[in-house]
Amino acid sequence: MNGILIAVGLVAGIGLLIGLILSIASIIMAVPKDEKAEKILEALPGANCGACGFSGCSGYANALAKGEAEPGLCAPGGLACTKEVSEILGVSAGNAEPKEAVVKCMGSLENTTYKAEYLGLKSCAAAAKIGGGLTACTFGCLGLGDCERACPYDAIHVNNGVAYVTGDKCRACTLCVKTCPRGIIEIVPKKDMALVRCSNHDKGAVTRKLCTAGCIGCKKCEKACEHGAVKVVDFCAYVTPELCTNCGACVEACPQNCITFFK
Amino acid sequence: MLIKSLVAVFLAAILTENYVLSKFLGICPFLGVSKKLNTAVGMSAAVTFVMVLATAVTFPIYMYVLVPMGMEYLQTVLFILIIAGLVQLVEIILRKYIPSLYNSLGIYLPLITTNCAVLGVTMLVIQKVDSTSAFTYTYGHALINAFGAGIGFLVAMVMFAGVRGRLESADIPKSLKGLPITLVAAALVSLSFLGFAGFVDKLIPLG
Repeated sequence: MNGILIAVGLVAGIGLLIGLILSIASIIMAVPKDEKAEKILEALPGANCGACGFSGCSGYANALAKGEAEPGLCAPGGLACTKEVSEILGVSAGNAEPKEAVVKCMGSLENTTYKAEYLGLKSCAAAAKIGGGLTACTFGCLGLGDCERACPYDAIHVNNGVAYVTGDKCRACTLCVKTCPRGIIEIVPKKDMALVRCSNHDKGAVTRKLCTAGCIGCKKCEKACEHGAVKVVDFCAYVTPELCTNCGACVEACPQNCITFFK
Repeated sequence: MLIKSLVAVFLAAILTENYVLSKFLGICPFLGVSKKLNTAVGMSAAVTFVMVLATAVTFPIYMYVLVPMGMEYLQTVLFILIIAGLVQLVEIILRKYIPSLYNSLGIYLPLITTNCAVLGVTMLVIQKVDSTSAFTYTYGHALINAFGAGIGFLVAMVMFAGVRGRLESADIPKSLKGLPITLVAAALVSLSFLGFAGFVDKLIPLG
C-alpha cells in the first residue's frame, strides 16, 4: 500500500513540477501573437493548397497581416473569403471575381488522331517527352489524366481523349494548370463570355489536317467582334475576358467551331 | 578504453543497432516524412536533438531517483511525461529565442513528443547499465548512444528518401502502388543493414 502511495506521489510530483516549469516558461517567454494574422487565418478556408504562392494558409495570413500580400490571392476561398479578409485588413476588396480553370483543347477522339499508339507510363508528363507527345497536334491535350490526378476537388476529368473541367466543382486552385505539360489549362473569370477552346499555334493549313476543331487563325472572329475583344496571335485566337460582351458574333463566325460560349 | 568504447557505442547505435532499421522503432516518421529529402533531414535533426536532451534528463532521474526508491517499474510512465514536458519547453524556448529554427522545424517538434524511437532510446539504454558486468554504460555512453541513435535515424531517413525518389518514377504493378511497395522497400533497406551485424562487437564486450 505504501509503495502505491509513493509511486502516485512521485508521478504526480514530477507532473506538477513539469507543469509549473512550463507555465512559468510560457509566461516569461511569451511571444506576442499577431491577432490580425489569427483572425485572417480563421477567415481563410484552410485548404493549404498553396495557390496563393505562400506556404499554406498560415503563411499567407502572416504575409497579409504584415501587408506583404494582396487579399484576393486565395482561389479556393473565392469572393466571400476575399471580402472577409479585406474587412479585417480594412481595405477595399477591389473587383475580385470568381474564377475557374478551362482546358483550351477540343481534341477529342472524333476531332483528332494519334500519331502512334502510346503504351508507356500512363502520365502526360512522360508521354510529352516521347516524340513531342504522340497526339497528332503538338499543342493538344494528351488525355492521360495528370490534371485529373492533381485535382483535389474532383473537378477535371479526361473523357474521350480530352480533359474537361466541371465548372461547379472547380475552385481555380491552379494545380492542374501547373501540372499540364502542354500548358493548355487556363484560369479564366467565371462570367458569360466567348472562349477559344484551342491552343494550336500551327499555321492554318497544318492545323486543318490535324484536327477538325482547331483554330486555323483565319481572323474571321477578329473581324466579327465589334468590341475588340478577339485577337489572333500566332495563328491562334484569344478572347480578352474583360472586353467580351458575350454577343456571340465570333462564335457564329468561326468556321472551325472552336469558339464556344463559356457559360 | 573509454574513448574506444564511446566510439564503439556511437557506431553501434548508427549501424548494428539502428533504431529504425534494426529495432523497428519510429517507423511512423520513417514512412511518413521520408518523401522529400529536406523534410527528412529536418525531422532527423529535431529527433536527434530531442533524443540527446531526453536522455540527458531521464538517465539521471532513473539512476538517482527511481533506483534508490525501488520504483524502476515507473520508468515508462515517467519517461513519457518527462519527454512530453521537455519538448514543450524546447518549443517555447525556440519560439522566443531562435524563431528561424522554430519555423523550420515547424510541426516536427510536437510530433516527436510521442515518438517511440525517442522513448526507446531512453529506455533501452538503461538495460545496458549493469554494474555486475565487465562493461557498463555510463552517463557519457548514454548521451553518445542517444546522439548515435539520432544520426542513425538520419542515415535511415536520407537513404529511404533516396529509395522513394527512385520508386516515384518506377513502373509499379497497380496492386503494389503506394504504401505496399514502400513497406517492401523498407524491408529491403532493413535487410541490407543486417550486413553490419558483428561490425563493432569486437570493439566492446557488449555482452
